[in-house]
Amino acid sequence: MLRFILGRLAVLIPTFLGVSLIAFSFIRLLPGDPVMLMSGERVMSPERHAELMNQLGLDRPMYIQYFDYLGGLVTGDFGSSIVTKRPVLDDFLQLFPATLELSLCAIIVAVCLGIPAGVLAAVKRGSWIDQTVMGAALIGYSMPIFWWGLLLIIFFSGYLGWTPVSGRISLMYFFPQVTGFMLIDSLLSGQAGAFKSAVTYLILPTIVLATIPLAVIARQTRSAMLEVLGEDYVRTARSKGLAPLRVVGIHALRNAMIPVITTIGLQVGVLLAGAILTETIFSWPGIGKWMVDSVFKRDYAVVQGGLMLIAGVIMLVNLIVDLLYGFINPRIRH
Amino acid sequence: MSLLEIENLVVEFQTASGPFRAVDGVSLKVDEGEVLAIVGESGSGKSVSMLAAMGLLPWTAKVTADKLLFNGRDMQKMSDADRRKIIGREISMIFQEPVASLNPCFTVGYQIEEVLRVHTDLNRKARRDRAIELFQLVGIPNPEERLGHFPHQMSGGQCQRVMIATALACNPKLLIADEPTTALDVTIQKQILDLLMKLQAEHGMGLIMITHDMGVVAETADRVIVQYKGRKIEEADVLSLFQNPRSVYTKALLSALPENAVGGRLPTITENLTDQQIFEGAVR
Repeated sequence: MLRFILGRLAVLIPTFLGVSLIAFSFIRLLPGDPVMLMSGERVMSPERHAELMNQLGLDRPMYIQYFDYLGGLVTGDFGSSIVTKRPVLDDFLQLFPATLELSLCAIIVAVCLGIPAGVLAAVKRGSWIDQTVMGAALIGYSMPIFWWGLLLIIFFSGYLGWTPVSGRISLMYFFPQVTGFMLIDSLLSGQAGAFKSAVTYLILPTIVLATIPLAVIARQTRSAMLEVLGEDYVRTARSKGLAPLRVVGIHALRNAMIPVITTIGLQVGVLLAGAILTETIFSWPGIGKWMVDSVFKRDYAVVQGGLMLIAGVIMLVNLIVDLLYGFINPRIRH
Repeated sequence: MSLLEIENLVVEFQTASGPFRAVDGVSLKVDEGEVLAIVGESGSGKSVSMLAAMGLLPWTAKVTADKLLFNGRDMQKMSDADRRKIIGREISMIFQEPVASLNPCFTVGYQIEEVLRVHTDLNRKARRDRAIELFQLVGIPNPEERLGHFPHQMSGGQCQRVMIATALACNPKLLIADEPTTALDVTIQKQILDLLMKLQAEHGMGLIMITHDMGVVAETADRVIVQYKGRKIEEADVLSLFQNPRSVYTKALLSALPENAVGGRLPTITENLTDQQIFEGAVR
């Protein structure tokens, strides 16, 4: 097992190098530079511009800047924001719980609804249930996330007035951040109504963010189940006189989960990408919104560091998925 | 009273090009302690008729029969829940591909104890003891250790022994063996057949042996049913069938056995026979 984990970690090194190169170069491909954008409407003399660029070290040759950045990464230094001067890692750690909370809620919703929906569609193959589930999944998968978010806001927040439009909790509540997770902190605060407020603020972003993973998981579960339901061991299970729920829920589902777990792991990447749009739509103060703001300000250090940290999270999740395989599929473990 | 009695069984599958009749009016009876062989080529409806009797066909299959009785009870009028109390306990089945027939995600011990959990009141310890006893019965060495193994850690022959042990767990009255040796190599085939026959004799079960191997029929069966394209062509006791086959199809089937080859060339069954000749020459 240890060898397996070390092997997986070794593969991460070239991946990290690749991501660092992409993160470093792509933000620099955009026109404009941080100094120009900081000056805003004010006119800045070319001398002053050059001086500031020199101060920030941005006038050095690209490869020196890259290796300087890489050296920092190795020692755990992700640099500091050009705009706020705060260390990138500090900002990330402060904002990440908001994104994590939203993403976890979304993936829980997607898994809890997607797997049963896929199983039901497979068991009732060809029926109206199957067609409804798969039709809904196709629509969910095809929908542009920002448009779907705006539709929900218009209907539920604007027209019905059921849910708030943006933010994480009502301004009426104020309490110290303990865990960074609003649901937990609101409970810990003991303030009446705080938890309920946090939930209402979470509902719409969660639905928007969960839509695509939900659709993908439902479709993947259905196709994996269809394959497994035709296997000999499912016939054996039925020939033992087991109840249908046991045949489908234990014998078939356990085998069908192997490809579904892969899909769920890959959806984490989609979630974090989706979080960027969702957080922007709902002004959710997480890393997605932070990254978008930094791109607009050409805050090189934040974009580079943020991308590296997000990539790290995705790689960590995929490592966990690889380990889960061994748990679910004994043919890998032995 | 027969253990299993089937009259005029018809199985139809709904396909894109209309209904397809896989079993067409088959009737059979099996008594306790009797070994009935059903022989026929692939697609002759041997397995489908037995799966239909157990209610294991997919919903696309339409099963009708004038009579479908097990131990005097009408299987057609039973609810699904009542049928599930019989299959796995009083009627068990083993299949052609032993490795594929066991669930790769669970240990063989879990899979054998599961039958006991569903059909008996035994507690965990008693179930485990019974599983060990069954493994010993079918000749699996180190049963305590083997219970914790997964199917992929065992050979095909060992997996078939596990399947047999699972099928025997609740002392069934009838065992249906669907080509139990087809996927195994010759030496293992012999061992598994010998084991099945020994257990059948010891437990006095009825045994239905589905096969396309006339050698297996000769070695195991009391009575034989020959099927072709879903219809019964001939039924006879095993000696009469081999010595004095009455239908043209059975004669052709026997002349296609390697030991009956004349002049260094094996005839194929259908090269001299049309379907019409086969069905007209059928002896029911």
